[in-house]
Amino acid sequence: MMRIGIDVGGTNTDAALLGDAGEVLAAVKSPTTADVTSGVAGAITALGAADASAVMIGTTHFVNALVEASRLEPVAAVRLGLPATAALPPMVDWPARLREVVRGHDYLCHGGHEYDGTPISDLDPEELKRVAADIAARGLRSVAVSSVFSPVSGEFELRAAEILAAELGPEVHLSLSHEIGRIGLLARENATIVNAALRPLAERTVGAFEDALKTASIVAPLFLSQNDGTLMDLRQAQRYPVATFASGPTNSMRGAAYLSGLTDCAVVDIGGTTTDVGILVGGFPREATGEAELAGVRTNFRIPDVLSLGIGGGSLIAPDGSAGPRSVGYRLTEEALVFGGSTLTATDLAVAAGYAEIGDPSLVAHLDPRAALARIAERVAETVDRMRTSAAPLPVVAVGGGSILIPDGLPGFDEVHRPGHFAVANAVGAAIAQVGGEVDQVFSGARDAMLDEARDKAVSRAERAGARAGSVRIVEVEEIPLAYLPGGATRVRVKAVGDLDLEKINA
Amino acid sequence: MRELGADQLDDLARGAGILGTGGGGDPYIGKLLAREAIRAHGPVTVLDIDEVPHDATVVPVSGMGAPTVLLEKLPAGTEELTALRALEAVLGRRATHIVPIEVGGVNSMIPIAAAAQAGLPLVDGDAMGRAFPEAQMVLPTLIGVSTTPMALADDKGNTLVVDAVSNRWSEKIARAACVEMGCQVSCADTVLRGDQLRDGLVPATLTLAEDLGRAVRLARAEHSDPVEAARRLLEGVRLLSGKVVDVERRTTGGFARGRARLEGPDGVLELSFQNEHLLAVRDGATVATTPDLICVLDTDTGEPVTTEAMRYGLRVTVIAAPCDPRWTTPAGLALAGPRYFGYDCDHVPLAGVRG
Repeated sequence: MMRIGIDVGGTNTDAALLGDAGEVLAAVKSPTTADVTSGVAGAITALGAADASAVMIGTTHFVNALVEASRLEPVAAVRLGLPATAALPPMVDWPARLREVVRGHDYLCHGGHEYDGTPISDLDPEELKRVAADIAARGLRSVAVSSVFSPVSGEFELRAAEILAAELGPEVHLSLSHEIGRIGLLARENATIVNAALRPLAERTVGAFEDALKTASIVAPLFLSQNDGTLMDLRQAQRYPVATFASGPTNSMRGAAYLSGLTDCAVVDIGGTTTDVGILVGGFPREATGEAELAGVRTNFRIPDVLSLGIGGGSLIAPDGSAGPRSVGYRLTEEALVFGGSTLTATDLAVAAGYAEIGDPSLVAHLDPRAALARIAERVAETVDRMRTSAAPLPVVAVGGGSILIPDGLPGFDEVHRPGHFAVANAVGAAIAQVGGEVDQVFSGARDAMLDEARDKAVSRAERAGARAGSVRIVEVEEIPLAYLPGGATRVRVKAVGDLDLEKINA
Repeated sequence: MRELGADQLDDLARGAGILGTGGGGDPYIGKLLAREAIRAHGPVTVLDIDEVPHDATVVPVSGMGAPTVLLEKLPAGTEELTALRALEAVLGRRATHIVPIEVGGVNSMIPIAAAAQAGLPLVDGDAMGRAFPEAQMVLPTLIGVSTTPMALADDKGNTLVVDAVSNRWSEKIARAACVEMGCQVSCADTVLRGDQLRDGLVPATLTLAEDLGRAVRLARAEHSDPVEAARRLLEGVRLLSGKVVDVERRTTGGFARGRARLEGPDGVLELSFQNEHLLAVRDGATVATTPDLICVLDTDTGEPVTTEAMRYGLRVTVIAAPCDPRWTTPAGLALAGPRYFGYDCDHVPLAGVRG
């Protein structure tokens, strides 16, 4: 089947067409348009592939809305856990500016579970009906529901959602924390509230993407790529916009790996201003273990572990030969020496060294770039080294326009690959996305039985999400013993992925 | 006497993380609890040990349980006072002062919240001078003070008062009860009279934690070496700067035991940790052991690195700092020396450091 992958970035919309054998048939880069629709439609039309069987889009649209604190819906935050948790109400650790925009009201209710799955207190339907009445009276239309230890048991969140939905009707959105985040209540609840605040924007944006396909006369199903490199359908995307936040770097990394044919490697994406380094394990980006701060809000949803370094093609070179973090960015073609400008940039060094032919090389013929370029390669290598988790040899894939800075590889790394089509690695990454399922629970008991149970659960979740039965494999298993606890309670995270089954989706 | 306000908590939490020697739990939730309590009740008065009357009833308030559980099941906010009142009911007298039992980690913050809620002054000191995993590992044990009566309170309002034959027994009983109560309780125990504070506490450790956190922050702002700033305040020695090249973990008896190997230009350092870092072996020779402090800091930022966060590739600097001298007496070492933790070696005095 032919697939179209699209990456809608802040500056460019990139699109790639992949053929039956997964080869890149066409690729285009065009400026992102304010209305989204026309830019996406234009990119699809330029590919000339009306008979594609699926379209996958990655976008930074939703994360930008949070950073700008605009286009957000006020949220009713409902937390189940009384008498526990009352010390720290919802949004307690948000930056004030964003809290003012997003906080509709918060409600502490009974419910929640202990770490071993016993209830802290029983759910109180009457209490939830009173909450629903208050939400309706305040005119709030998006609700975030979080229950203590819901990653271990989602039961109370589901029951509370049923009660709230029955009272509030279908017009009100419900976001449930166990479907969004991990253990760590505040961070998971924050992610759920952010998700709730994005719901109306997600509906509009998904609508715009659908219109773009119609404009380009494409009838294939449309998917959005998630932070972890797997896909979700439009209904899911409307419900869980927060799951697309980090799809940009994820798609770049997966595209880089795909184009180079590697599944376990470091990816170095050198742009104009920064270098992003991530690690692929089994073809998927390694996820950050801690909590990710987004626009000052601590969240813990699945996000790739990326380390950024302030070095890119547009980096300013100081008199002592050091590069960055300041950059001329998109003004490279006016300010760099090779373009007749007066600013010494990293690109000028690469041209002087004969690494690339950009602008007028005679303008930098007097430079000796060796020491400064060696220092850049060293710093990039050090960043990659920080990301490794073992001493085993690690191949490196370099993509991005700025990768001309490191043509001879990196000190300490034997293999550095620079694949073709690297300029649209992000769109290729969107096109190759698969379907996933994940488990994050606290188990106690025999280790083998515990891990088997977690694996089975992850596989069936992936199949439920649209993966073809039989194609699903486990890509990640993580065990974290809980400190200060006897009885061997262990937090287990397992991730499974499989190929998209279009028949399942269209059924 | 001084006032402790919400804007000092960031520095204090960072310093408490350093004094936690890898364990003691992430102070983040604790910091929020302390901040909310100060917001609701006003700043906390902090007293030096010398400012406490001899007949005062000084009560350590702390949290016991699993840090991961604290992160998920946030407290009700009533636990500290409920535990305190349950203890007072058994004692037959009211607490006049609150004090931390453990300055390292999250337990630097819980007593601040308790003092704000109870409207009582907080004593500047603690019973460890660092973090330790078990309730009997406190200086009061060395001077014959019982940790019981020990009152536990959970988020649901359950309370338990333990009366035990020894401080080891109270730890065992309290730990089992804590698990049944949901793995996160507040404790009020190890009551000290005002005239026992000199012998039962390490003085001025809250100030030390705050100074540490501030020094690291300011060094970062001035682009000087934050690790060196911390080392100076701890009067410690730098064992090694390098990269974590191997981390091995296993769980036994409810405690995460592990080893980490660091390589740097000056050699190889092997750390053995359980919840805290307990042994440091450099190029085959043991150079630091519990009860001395073995602190692992991020080389660039000076931020503390917990044993849970140790992973391959981190650039860290390990500092060893002398513990309170009472910990290196025979009785102190029996309570918290390497052999207690199951290591077949004796305490090694820190070379080149005044102990």
